Amino acid sequence: MDRLVFLLGTGLARGAVLALFALALVLIWRGARVINFAQGAMAVVSTYVAFEVTALTGSYWLGLLAALVSGGVLGFAVERGVMRFASPRSPLSGVILAIGLVMVLQSALGIAFGPDYRPMRVPFDDSAVLVGGVPLLSPYDLFVLVTAVVVMVVLAVLFRWTSLGLQMRAAAFAPEVSRLLGVRVSRTVTLGWVLSSVVGSLAALLLVPTSLGLNPHATDSLFVLGFTVAVVGGLDSPVGALVGGVVVGVAMSLVTGYLGAGLVPIAVLGLLVLVLLLRPAGLFAAAAARHA
Amino acid sequence: MTALLEVRGLTVGYGGAPVLRDVDLDVPAGSIVALVGANGAGKTTLLRTLSALVPATHGTVRLAGRDLAAVSVEDRVRSGLAHVPEGRGVVAELTVDENLRLGGLWRGADRREAIAEVYALFEPLARRRNHAGHQLSGGERQMLALGRALVARPTVLLLDEPSLGLAPRVVAQIMGVLRGLADRTGLTVLLAEQNVVGALSVADHGVVLGLGEVVASRPAHELAADERLRHAYLGF
Repeated sequence: MDRLVFLLGTGLARGAVLALFALALVLIWRGARVINFAQGAMAVVSTYVAFEVTALTGSYWLGLLAALVSGGVLGFAVERGVMRFASPRSPLSGVILAIGLVMVLQSALGIAFGPDYRPMRVPFDDSAVLVGGVPLLSPYDLFVLVTAVVVMVVLAVLFRWTSLGLQMRAAAFAPEVSRLLGVRVSRTVTLGWVLSSVVGSLAALLLVPTSLGLNPHATDSLFVLGFTVAVVGGLDSPVGALVGGVVVGVAMSLVTGYLGAGLVPIAVLGLLVLVLLLRPAGLFAAAAARHA
Repeated sequence: MTALLEVRGLTVGYGGAPVLRDVDLDVPAGSIVALVGANGAGKTTLLRTLSALVPATHGTVRLAGRDLAAVSVEDRVRSGLAHVPEGRGVVAELTVDENLRLGGLWRGADRREAIAEVYALFEPLARRRNHAGHQLSGGERQMLALGRALVARPTVLLLDEPSLGLAPRVVAQIMGVLRGLADRTGLTVLLAEQNVVGALSVADHGVVLGLGEVVASRPAHELAADERLRHAYLGF
């Protein structure tokens, strides 16, 4: 039982990071109908910025701030400088540009920093705290969970209760109609990329220190898992990203704990196949429209 | 009467093929002008050009005397030109209330009042204000699209095929609302319709488009009574 509680706790923390990263993919998909295959590479650039700033200043928090700012700037630059030129007539155009961007960014990082894994520090202790003899979350896990929940609440408030959020949702679902209502769709798309890139950077910065460390490919597995979460939840659904993140994170933790880490990729793939067979549009896909 | 919306020599083409040729059109303030014609006559293209979704090759569009040539889609809305597109254009994923809020995004403090007026005008919407657009019937969606345009308090309303796919009773209700608004509030409407009888019955003036050209422009009751035009262009 103790083991189960521990695995559920760590799975929850891992799932929160996956949910954040999946949310970044969902934000872009809703805003621009592009699966941003460069999300992981963009996030690792920001993580390098955090690493360098932390090394220079000695402050984790300044590094975190720099990662978020650089994530936003990179999101802006990628949308305005690259993705805006993707042909709207070909759904593959944006995907190919994104894959090209992955190669460019990872090669540039490799040239600048080399292929070695660099350990990153965390701001809190990452060993599990014992409560009544039962190992629970570590302080760092708790920090990750709280951060993820705060970001999700902020995004939910933004999208549900603000005029800007309403415009972003409308522009995502019906760009031409939104323009006819005065929404500056071009700006909302750019803002979507900026927000998505900031959230993706945060997810990478929370995850990389607990994995092997920082290297140009440090977020490759995060992208695969985040993409799985987004598909399981339904690419259009932020709630799906949240629930999918928790489901995949906990499943990974339980499989690791009871069956061995080697089976995790197979379990995740199995989950993806199962969901695609039963609900091809994802668990939280939008309901079909009524026929008048 | 001075035209609130004035179109002169408007020519539009898709990939070199002309769709509209040298179109002149006047929409006087407070009137309903019906734009009628067969399928493919260019009605939808004309409305899309007026709201800048389609660029014009030649010609001018003036709203209250102001040349709109350099005015973007988004700024034309802010200038008072509201466009309800064909197919109703309700954002299906948003609720009725959110769609209406969207209609008055850039309006000031009177937005709530305008939304309340729309709910009073279309009671079925008030009962379903928290339902998503995709849960509404065709008639309710048309009411929502029209109501959302009204929240912006436009000076000119461009309405594209509001009767498409609706039951005659609902069409009559919507046409009645339009006539009432024009009479009561001075709303100016350019109504593109294939439902010629319905459109001419509420319009002050009618314009017949045929293959991208204006072939007749007369008071609505005269058009409805002109047997030659009815047979040649209007199909009834």
